[in-house]
Amino acid sequence: MWVVKNRKIFYTVSGILVGLSFLSLLFWGLRSGIDFTGGTLIEVSYPGGRPDQGEVVAALSEVDPSASVRSSGSDSYIVRMKPTTQEEHSLVTKALSLNGTSRAVEKTFDSIGPILGTEALYKAYLSIALVILGIVLYITFAFRKVSEPVSSWKYGLIAIAALIHDVIIPVGVFSVLGHFAGYEVDTLFVTALLVVLGFSVHDTIVVFDRVRENIRNSSGKKAFEDIVGESVSQTFTRSINTSLTTLIALVVLYFVGGATIQHFVLALIIGIAVGTYSSVFIGSPLLVTVEKMQARKR
Amino acid sequence: MFKHRAKAAYVLIFAALVGYATYASQVPGSWAGFKPFRLGLDLSGGTHLVYQADISKVDPSAVNDAMKSLRDVVERRVNTFGVSEPLVQVEQSSFSTAENAHKLIVELPGVTDVEEAAKSIGATPSLEFKLVIAKEMEAFQASTTVRDMSTSTQEAAYLALFQPTGLTGRMVGKASLEFTPTTNEPAVGILFNTEGRELFAKITKEHVGDYLGIFLDGVPISVPVIRDQILDGRGQISGSFNAVDASKLVRDLNYGALPVPITLISTQTIGPTLGQAAVNGGVRAGIISFILISIFLIVWYRLPGLVAVIALGVYTSIMLALFKYIPVTLTAAGIAGFIITIGMAVDANILIFERMKEELARGRGIWDAMHEGFARAWTSIKDSNISSIITGIILFYFGSNSVIKGFALVFLIGVLVSMFTAITASRLFLYAIAPQRSSKLSLFLINNGFKSRK
Repeated sequence: MWVVKNRKIFYTVSGILVGLSFLSLLFWGLRSGIDFTGGTLIEVSYPGGRPDQGEVVAALSEVDPSASVRSSGSDSYIVRMKPTTQEEHSLVTKALSLNGTSRAVEKTFDSIGPILGTEALYKAYLSIALVILGIVLYITFAFRKVSEPVSSWKYGLIAIAALIHDVIIPVGVFSVLGHFAGYEVDTLFVTALLVVLGFSVHDTIVVFDRVRENIRNSSGKKAFEDIVGESVSQTFTRSINTSLTTLIALVVLYFVGGATIQHFVLALIIGIAVGTYSSVFIGSPLLVTVEKMQARKR
Repeated sequence: MFKHRAKAAYVLIFAALVGYATYASQVPGSWAGFKPFRLGLDLSGGTHLVYQADISKVDPSAVNDAMKSLRDVVERRVNTFGVSEPLVQVEQSSFSTAENAHKLIVELPGVTDVEEAAKSIGATPSLEFKLVIAKEMEAFQASTTVRDMSTSTQEAAYLALFQPTGLTGRMVGKASLEFTPTTNEPAVGILFNTEGRELFAKITKEHVGDYLGIFLDGVPISVPVIRDQILDGRGQISGSFNAVDASKLVRDLNYGALPVPITLISTQTIGPTLGQAAVNGGVRAGIISFILISIFLIVWYRLPGLVAVIALGVYTSIMLALFKYIPVTLTAAGIAGFIITIGMAVDANILIFERMKEELARGRGIWDAMHEGFARAWTSIKDSNISSIITGIILFYFGSNSVIKGFALVFLIGVLVSMFTAITASRLFLYAIAPQRSSKLSLFLINNGFKSRK
């Protein structure tokens, strides 16, 4: 099977992508949304024509001198500033209307205290760790009867390696997008990552499941490499087609689903594409690599 | 064969009825009753407020009760706004420090004037009883003329005389409107609960002759002298009330005095137009994805593909009905989750059909291949769905806000329902319409892809 034979090429491609993601994270980091840092995010529209950006910034400086104002659409601004109290909110509302001279409509107003932000961040890390742990335990359990030539917990570990790969790349892409286009990472982004984890392990398990079945049927006559190759080719169409239907839904959602969830959907599209790639081109070949390493040791 | 067809027809009729009822009940006055989808705040527009409760002064063993009564009090307050389906709940985070562990969450659909709402919730009075020792009060009065009282330093010094007693509005069992016998001025009679009665008796016993200041929202409204020990837990607050203020205080004490002080830590307001746009976008995305996925399935998988499309229709109809009748609060992320599960629900079908194709290539007959396809694809379907369920449950329990929880719930229900529609229902449909004999045409119909692998 060409996938297994050419595995070094796929390892290299993934290695480069993961490496670039790490570099981007190292140099640019992620731009955290107010979900995690605490802060205020306001989308305000001016039906009677948008005043000058500088005027709005100047008016807001009373409440928060470091408030940032970014234009959005043809008549709106997105304002981002420190967390506001109830009293400050009314000052902000007044400032946005330039003391009543310009009609301003607050389309959304989000203010999140720093405590809530820290808590959300903590929960995000916790849920990612728990999902990964839950999945590795389940795979170890589900494949417990397979021990030759690769033991079941190694299937679990390989699945995790593929999962980390699937999470790192979207995070890297969002780090680049954050640097160049101001994309933010929020609780929805974390949700997207978790869904990607679930989806990608779905794919990996289907291939592993086939490997398990083929090992049982071959009763030791075939080389492990051939068994894995055969399994990958048997599940190949299925992997591509399932991702395709999901990606159809996501791409449609990206274009017509509205602006609020666009970044969330983008994270899902990247993650699911990468996840499908990794379960076919990384996960199964890794089984062969692990088996070869064991053989060499013996 | 006939049996399969009859069963398949039942499932179809059931799904069609469910779907039609779900559709019809969107408008009032239909035969299916009026039961619209429950939309989250991000779709309906409204206000989401998170308060932090300060429980530092509450006895640790009474915290749960205090939070519960806080919720009840705020709920009664909120109900007076006339908002439909407001949500008031307390939340305890298990892994943060004690000071910020307790939160109160208020959701007000349709309310976008957050100022007004927050004021009405937060402004409920806190009633406190504070002591001043008689000697200190006299010393203070001796050193201060009435005119000086108006300056803020004097006022601060005056307020500093008062010592907290632990007796608060939380311990008021019942309040009523009374009139003082001598002047016939309106006054507020209070009756403490058991805990309050004991504390009140103790304070009045130990401090006969001292002053007991009654503070409403941190402001002393009356500072009577304690003349005697009071054992029956009754008291009267007389100040310069008019009848309206007095009856408002009675109402607040009975229904509204906050047992725990709260501060607002998060506000989210979503305008109604933005929500409507998100709903429209979600619905349109759902319909377009369904059509595109259907085209793909029929072109690639032919007859089984058609079966998968019908199963997907059954899936959609059951899911929408469940959203309505469980009910699940739909958010933008929840709708996205549903559309993603439409894509994923097909997975089991694809696994089965690919397997059928392999079995056909091995030379099995159509019926054998179908049986084998379903039987052998099952382990893959089971393992992969269980891992999705693990993800869904963790998301649901550890999701930090209602958006994530809503998404997780939709995702979980989707995985479970799709296991029924993609396996049980699809098998029924396929058995019902599969060709009986192997001919060139029937083999083509049941096969898939562009070339059949040999």
